[in-house]
Amino acid sequence: MNDAGAPRKTEQVALLVTCLSDLFRPQIAHAAVELIEKLGYRVDVPKQTCCGQPAYNAGEKESARVLAANMLSLFETYRYVVAPSGSCAAIIKEHYPGLFGEGSSEREQCMRLAEKTHELSGFLVDVAGVELEKKSSCDDPPLRIAYHDSCSGLRELGIRSQPRKLLKDRLGIDLSEMSNSEVCCGFGGMFCVGYPEISTRMVDNKIDGMENVGAEVLLGGDLGCLMNIAGRLRRVGSKTRVYHYAEFLTDAGPGPAIGYRK
Amino acid sequence: MLVRARQSATGNNMQVNSGNFRTTAADALLDEDLRAAMGRAEGGFVDTRKRAVDELANFQEYREFARNTKNHVLAHLDYYLTQFESNVMASGGKVHWASNGEGVKRIVLDICKRPGINKIAKGKSMVSEEFALNAGLEAAGFEVVETDLGEYIIQLAEETPSHVIAPAVHKTKQAVTDLFEEHHREYGYPRVVERLDIVNQARQVLRDHFCTADVGITGGNFLIADTGSIALITNEGNGDLTANLPDIHIVVTSIEKVIPNMQALGGFLRLLGRSATGQIMSVYTTLFNGPRRIEDLDGPREFHVVLVDNGRSGILGSKFQDILRCIKCGACMNHCPVYTSIGGHAYGWVYPGPMGSVLTPLMVGQKNAPDLPYACTLNGRCKTVCPVMIPLPELLREHRNSLVEMRQTGSLQKWGIRVWSHVARKPSLYNMLAGLYVLKLNMFARLVSAFRRGSFKHIPLLGAWTSTRDFPVPQTTTFQSQWKKRRGHD
Repeated sequence: MNDAGAPRKTEQVALLVTCLSDLFRPQIAHAAVELIEKLGYRVDVPKQTCCGQPAYNAGEKESARVLAANMLSLFETYRYVVAPSGSCAAIIKEHYPGLFGEGSSEREQCMRLAEKTHELSGFLVDVAGVELEKKSSCDDPPLRIAYHDSCSGLRELGIRSQPRKLLKDRLGIDLSEMSNSEVCCGFGGMFCVGYPEISTRMVDNKIDGMENVGAEVLLGGDLGCLMNIAGRLRRVGSKTRVYHYAEFLTDAGPGPAIGYRK
Repeated sequence: MLVRARQSATGNNMQVNSGNFRTTAADALLDEDLRAAMGRAEGGFVDTRKRAVDELANFQEYREFARNTKNHVLAHLDYYLTQFESNVMASGGKVHWASNGEGVKRIVLDICKRPGINKIAKGKSMVSEEFALNAGLEAAGFEVVETDLGEYIIQLAEETPSHVIAPAVHKTKQAVTDLFEEHHREYGYPRVVERLDIVNQARQVLRDHFCTADVGITGGNFLIADTGSIALITNEGNGDLTANLPDIHIVVTSIEKVIPNMQALGGFLRLLGRSATGQIMSVYTTLFNGPRRIEDLDGPREFHVVLVDNGRSGILGSKFQDILRCIKCGACMNHCPVYTSIGGHAYGWVYPGPMGSVLTPLMVGQKNAPDLPYACTLNGRCKTVCPVMIPLPELLREHRNSLVEMRQTGSLQKWGIRVWSHVARKPSLYNMLAGLYVLKLNMFARLVSAFRRGSFKHIPLLGAWTSTRDFPVPQTTTFQSQWKKRRGHD
């Protein structure tokens, strides 16, 4: 792996771990750190909590504002903030500024934070211009891999080609594209527990799309969606394994899939 | 008698069932016919729209034009409505203003209650569904016949529309076959099973009604202020027969549909057909201008326009004003994975899907539809296809903000979010509790033998997840504590 541009060793990247990765899948954050450090950036993980997305989307604006203010001071000094999640990055980039009044100093801070915050694949491809080296020991025959475009990353940040490029460079294979790759999987944060029956129908539709292309592996960029899909696959007895795309880009390659011990 | 009351006309507006969303949605998910019908429709609408939109290189510019035009009109609504009114009058028509559904019924009955008027042919009008106009007219002794095929089908079935442009989208062909057999047998028509035969039979039955109707009621898609014209967009031509054959034409439409001029209409027409059905243009685009003139050979002798407010002026100037740009194309619902899973009836009122989830609480009261704003994953697909660029997810979030302010949210969600947010304000407390949580969950996994499997089949308090999905067993420590350890070693 090498960096196409000049190494910017002095530039510091703060990792926004995201709550779900912190709690349920540290591998994703480790993979993100590895990928960013390889480009020569210094990665730091300031002691952090939650970006406020659950509160914001539930209509608890006041709580969201307090948590956003926390984040503003936390990331003030870094050159970049990178999150292995489209929805967390999108909350900061697209929604934080609206939480504070026009002309307020917090609004200004939000604009600066929005500017320097990136979803992981967007950072690697669009900011760092990385060209990943093809991994020597690729699966033979290659796995049939499908990709789920999580909604916030796709529609609010335009994350679509970036993870595909990284995977293509690294694995040397074309993805098996599902016809419903851009349709919501039914996770939706609190939605999946608020309306479990509808959510389950939606994830079943997603699984139909995966089965139509014979996917053995499903990758995506948001752990919430991936836990939803993986959990349903496991429950209905499917063998398809689910990972965050970053886990497939590391030197060691992916460990156990989401919801599997080995 | 072909026609029966479709909805009891209690009170002003059509009965609201949005408060039972959870039950109606759960029931809808079990309806296999609905699943079959919706599955077919979704694919068709999405693919054909995409083809038609891709064909128009500057579609995005038209969207911006439409948004700006609507915003301009909404900012000067009084001006354009008055201009429209005087131009309708100049062409010999009458304009009536109705602040609510009762007002509309009174106006329409005043026009219709005279000797010799018995039968009313009706073109498709979602506005008239808001206050169950048909039921009100039938209660006054009139025979009302819906003439749009979809509307006709659901009138026979005694149902309400489940989609703004495809009211019977939830019906399978088989269901229509049975319905026609039951209702058309008395006219001597045979059972028909092929699509074309079904349409032809409806056409024959409806033709008699067109010729014998005394009044025609239609909706209006756009009201053109500087000419006083009503633009009516249909695919079946039933609107034109409804408007032109009877002696009296009544247009029941709402105030936000006014646009400045014909030039603006051109822009909206490029968007509407493409967004709605993937057609470059709908089959019939008709402009109505007043009653028949001396030199005209046909057309109605009276031309009435009923301009309905029914709560819209209250939305004007509010943070929800953007929803008044809606041109009722249905693209948002066609692209909504919740709508296509549960169908339109589950939403419990006239307008379903994303635009309905924004509009319904505003029209029937937020307390009467508390689920609608939350029954959405905020995936944003609706917003990307809306031809007038309504920020639907943002408006749904605004509803959630209001419900929180009004203390109308479920307590479990409220306290869950609040406890989480409080803990998340204190990084040390958060990290301590997060560490404890994953450790306990990991220990619990060993206890319930989920550990070897790697995922839980059940977790107390998380039944809403684990009833249909496994939940992954976490590692024993959080990423942040692993990172701290790593940094200690560096």
